[in-house]
This record gives sequence, structure tokens and C-alpha cells, in this order.
Amino acid sequence: MARSEEDLKWKDLETGCVVSDAGNASQYRTGDWRSLLPVWDKTKCIRCGVCFLFCPDAAIRKTSEGYFEADLYYCKGCGICVQECVTGCITMVEEEE
Amino acid sequence: MIEIRFHGRGGQGAVTSAELLALAAISEGKYAQAFPSFGPERRGAPVVAFCRVDDHPIRLRTNIYSPDLVVVLDPSLLRLINVAAGLKENGVLITNTKFTSEEIKERLGIKQTLATINANKIALEELGLPITNTTMLGSLLNARQVVHPDSLIGPLEKRFGRIADKNIRAFRRAFAETVILN
Amino acid sequence: MNKKVGIEVSLAAADAIKMANVDLIAAYPITPQTHIVEHLSELVANGELDAEFIPVESEHSALSVCIGSSAAGARTFTCTSSQGLALMNEIVFIAASLRLPIVMILANRSLSGPLSIWNDHTDVMSIRDSGWIQVFTENGQEVFDHVFFAFRVAENPKVSLPVIVNLDGFILTHVIEPIQYWDQEAVDKYLPDFKPVNTLNPDAPVTMGAFAMPGIYTEAKKAQDEALIKSKPEIIKAWKEMGKIIGRNYSPVETNQIKGAETVFLTMGSMGETVSIAVDKLRAQGQKVGQVKIRLWRPFPVEEFRKAVRNVKNIIVIDRALSFGGQGGPVAGEIRSVLYDEENRPLITNFICGLAGRDVTTDNFIDMYEMSLKMAGDKSKEEDYVMYGVRE
Repeated sequence: MARSEEDLKWKDLETGCVVSDAGNASQYRTGDWRSLLPVWDKTKCIRCGVCFLFCPDAAIRKTSEGYFEADLYYCKGCGICVQECVTGCITMVEEEE
Repeated sequence: MIEIRFHGRGGQGAVTSAELLALAAISEGKYAQAFPSFGPERRGAPVVAFCRVDDHPIRLRTNIYSPDLVVVLDPSLLRLINVAAGLKENGVLITNTKFTSEEIKERLGIKQTLATINANKIALEELGLPITNTTMLGSLLNARQVVHPDSLIGPLEKRFGRIADKNIRAFRRAFAETVILN
Repeated sequence: MNKKVGIEVSLAAADAIKMANVDLIAAYPITPQTHIVEHLSELVANGELDAEFIPVESEHSALSVCIGSSAAGARTFTCTSSQGLALMNEIVFIAASLRLPIVMILANRSLSGPLSIWNDHTDVMSIRDSGWIQVFTENGQEVFDHVFFAFRVAENPKVSLPVIVNLDGFILTHVIEPIQYWDQEAVDKYLPDFKPVNTLNPDAPVTMGAFAMPGIYTEAKKAQDEALIKSKPEIIKAWKEMGKIIGRNYSPVETNQIKGAETVFLTMGSMGETVSIAVDKLRAQGQKVGQVKIRLWRPFPVEEFRKAVRNVKNIIVIDRALSFGGQGGPVAGEIRSVLYDEENRPLITNFICGLAGRDVTTDNFIDMYEMSLKMAGDKSKEEDYVMYGVRE
């Protein structure tokens, strides 16, 4: 787990501020940004995968049954999947308070 | 230190003259500097080039204002420019001209020694072109032995390659034919 | 050591780049830097130098290519002047913050407008605070020597910063003078192979040039500042090592006839040589005058400079650039700041001269000396600086 920037002193920075643990952006929990959650209605879903393709954060994954669901660690709740869904099977639901 | 100013027109090789003289001096183990009057190249425009030669390292990085020697590559400059400006009292003005040295001296009204050579004629006969830079170097070395004339052969050969021989002939002829008027 | 050869300084500089066995050159031609880049492209085209020569479409691209090249672990060189440096500007700052050891020769030239191709220090002053190591040279030999120095310092893993070697446009670039070449063996001994601190390598991927939030930017800049300050001992070491090989000794601040001097001239670059003649002449008249030259402009050698002028009463600071609306030239501002806390701080007179190639002669410097004796400490004077020779 990358350290929070608040924990870093100037001497901790690598030469040229290089990030040597490449790909550590994956540790960033963007799911915390979400206020609306996408929910799939399996009765309408044709498993075409358009939502998977259009998700700007690659936060939609395929289940073992071939349906799709949001990876809640990364899904920001942007709703692009709802916009793009061919059958209208996805709806945005309010996150619990 | 000997300071030399060359007057020519853009494209006539005044800068090359200064460079060849500096290279000859350096090859003798002397210190030398050659540099153009800095700026954009303009063919035909009056230009000057400078050369300093000394036995000690040269620290001066300015233009030359009181030259020991002035070399004029193009006689048409004599009526355009005060080529003798700043020339030291014991200096020499070396010019390409078809007139006699007495005529030139009177026209310019200078007291310093004058060296004259019909460099256009020599250059036309030897090179087939009125480019007088190497010819005027011969005349310069007759007027004052800044370097040994043989020291120029190497730089001339390196610069001119297959036409070096023609330039060396022009250089040697000018060295022999220059007229000095004190 | 080799015999001195007569050669144009630009060509000698290009030969030195070749002897430094550079891997990549990306540059765009601009007066008065042109001869350096032309000669390098010839050397590559003739097969005399095994390097990539990338003729880019602009200076912005030139330095961008250099960043990619250096990040990939190649020994990288660029060369520019004036407007070219201005067009590079954003990348200049990035190269330093990425700590990439690129070497640049900067043929100093004024910035437009009015359009001018001649020499002064306006261009380098525009990137003074970019984080590059910046050194000044006085003659062709120093340019030649400093090519090897620049790569050695830049690529030193304890430094890993880009280096600019300043040489005065035309006054140095276009002069033919004797230069002593190094033996290739000496170069190879002085300049080890480049072992980059970080490289772009698919087997060990890293991110370079990531963005930083306000929470970390300050720390990033502190680290960069420390790197530049801490490069000084390594710079001094590189000069000492060079001295052992070639017998020419360089240091961050150099002095001439400083003993007993009450007044000193302060210069950077080729003017130092002409000033040395003015100092000789003034000394011959019995004047207590000497000379201080700043070779290392960034990181600024604060301790060395304070030590050099400890017993001096009056400093004539020669500036070849102007800080419009400020208090004179950038060098004078720096010097005032460095000396402000000194107990016996000398008086400072500041002359702006030699702008855009205007010749400054030994007599001019002697004149400035006389003016400075009158001006120094005169509280009634209206200006903090004089634009020397300006027609009123």
C-alpha cells in the first residue's frame, strides 16, 4: 500500500519524484466518490457487455454467469453504463446513508 | 601583440584571410584569434574581419580599434570607408589597387607606410576569379612578417584542397610583387 | 598533452561532444549556436560519431526528445540560444525536476525584441531559476574542457541534474583560437559510462513526471532544491579531478589580483578576459583593483563568494542583462542579497553593459572603475544602476 502523501517527508521522495512501484494508482479507492450505485436487472440484461466496454474506469466486471456488476472499490457511480445500456437494464440507486 | 583588420565585401573571403593567418600563427606555436565582425552574412556588403597574433595568450575579447595592419581586399572600398581609421602611426595599410602607391597615398592622405599590390590582376591570372583573399595574405606578409610565409602553406592546402596550388601561386606572387612606400 | 590546434570554438565544442561519446543529439539550429549543431550532424552523417541525431521541428521538441532519451538511459545533448531557449522554456523546468542529466551548450544571445542575434546574458537569466546547474566559460579552451565536466557532473548519481554550459555567442562561438584537445583516453578515464539513477525499462516499470497535489509539491521542490545545493561539492570534485588530468584548475569563484584589492570587478563569461587587461592597466597606475569571476552561477557558491570578497570595499558588478523595473541586473541583485548579512559588506555599483553585442573595451572598464569610485556609497544618487554607454 502506497503511503499517503501526508506521511511523506521531502527526504522520502525518490530522485526526480519517480514513482517506482508502478501501477500503484490501483490502490486508490475511487469507490468512495460514489453517491449513486448502478444496479443490473438480470431479467432485462442480454449480457452484451456494452456497459463493460464503456465504463471509463474499467470498474465493471463479468460474473461467472456472464452477467455484469460494478467493482465497488473503484466504481465512482458516474452512470455512463446506464446511459449506454442497450436494454435499459441498469438503474442508479442511492447509496445508503 | 599584432592586431590586423581586414576590409572586404561579403563573399570575398576577408574572414577566411583572418582565419588562415591565425591558423598559420597557431601552427607556429604562437597564440592567435580570428573573428568576423559578427552578424548576418550579406554578400557584397562591406565587412571587416579581425586577427590578433601574440607570443602570449590573448585575453582581449573586443573588436580592434587601433590596428597595426589594415588589409583592403577590394579597392572599391577605398572611396567608401575610412579604411585607415585608428591605424597605428607605425602601422601599415596594405591594399589591393591598380594605381601606384604614390597615387593612393595622396588620395587617402595617410602618413603611415603603404603597401600596394594589383591583387585583382594576380587573382584573375592565377585563379581565374577576382577573389583576392589568399593573394592579399602574400602582400600582408611582405609588409610585415607576422608569420613565416611557409606557415601559411598548410592552412591553404587544408582549406582549398585541389585548388590549393593556384592559391599558393597567387599568394607567393603577391608576396614577391608587393610595393612598399614609407 | 596534445599540441594546441587552431580551430573555431564551435567546432571544437562539437568535437568534444563527439569525444564524450554522446548517444543522442536533438537540436534545432539557431544563430549563433548553428556551427556546433551543423558540425555534430556532419560527424554523425560521416559515421565518425555513433549517435542518433534528431533534427527536430522546434526547440520545444528538441528538449522533449532529450527528456525521453535521457529517461531511457542515453547520454543526451542539446544546444540552443536565445529564442530557442525561450521556446524550450516549459521543458527546461521539467528536465530539472525529473533530475535528468541532459547537457546543454547555450550560446548566449539577447532575447527579442528588438530582434537581435548578438551576445548578452538575457537568455540564460530567463531560466535562472529552472533548477539546472549553470556554469560560465571565458574562452574556447574552457568550453572544450567543460563539455566533459558537464556530463561527468550531470550523470554523477549523487547529482543527476541537467547542466548548462554558457558561452558567449559570436565572441566565443565564432572565434578561431588555439585549443588543446584531450586524449581520448583521458576523456574516457574522466567520464565513466552513464549509469542512470532511474530509467524507463519495461522490465522494471516506473512512473516519471507524475502530478503532485498541494500536499506533496512543496516536499518535491525542497528535494529538488537540496539536490541542486548538494551538487556543489560534487562539482568541485569534478573540477579537481579534471585539474589532475589536464593541469587547468577551475573553481566556483575565481579571482585575479585580489590581494590588496579594495575594488573588484565582478563578471561572468568572456568579458572576464578583457576586464583582466583593464585590471592590469589600473594596477600599473597604482590602483588597488582586482577581479572576481563567477564560474558557477547555479548552485550559487555563497560561501566561496563571501570569502573571495571578504576584504573588498567596493564591487563593480557587470550585468549583461536587465531586470526591468527591478534594481538593475540579475547578478547585482544576487550579490546584494548574498552580502546583505555580512558584517563589513562592500558597496556595490552595478553597470549594465554589453547588451546585444555592443563592444565593451578595456578603456570602458577603466571608465566604469572611475565612475564607481565616485558613485560608491553616494546615498544621494538617484539610480541603483547605470546603463553604461547609453546615449541620453
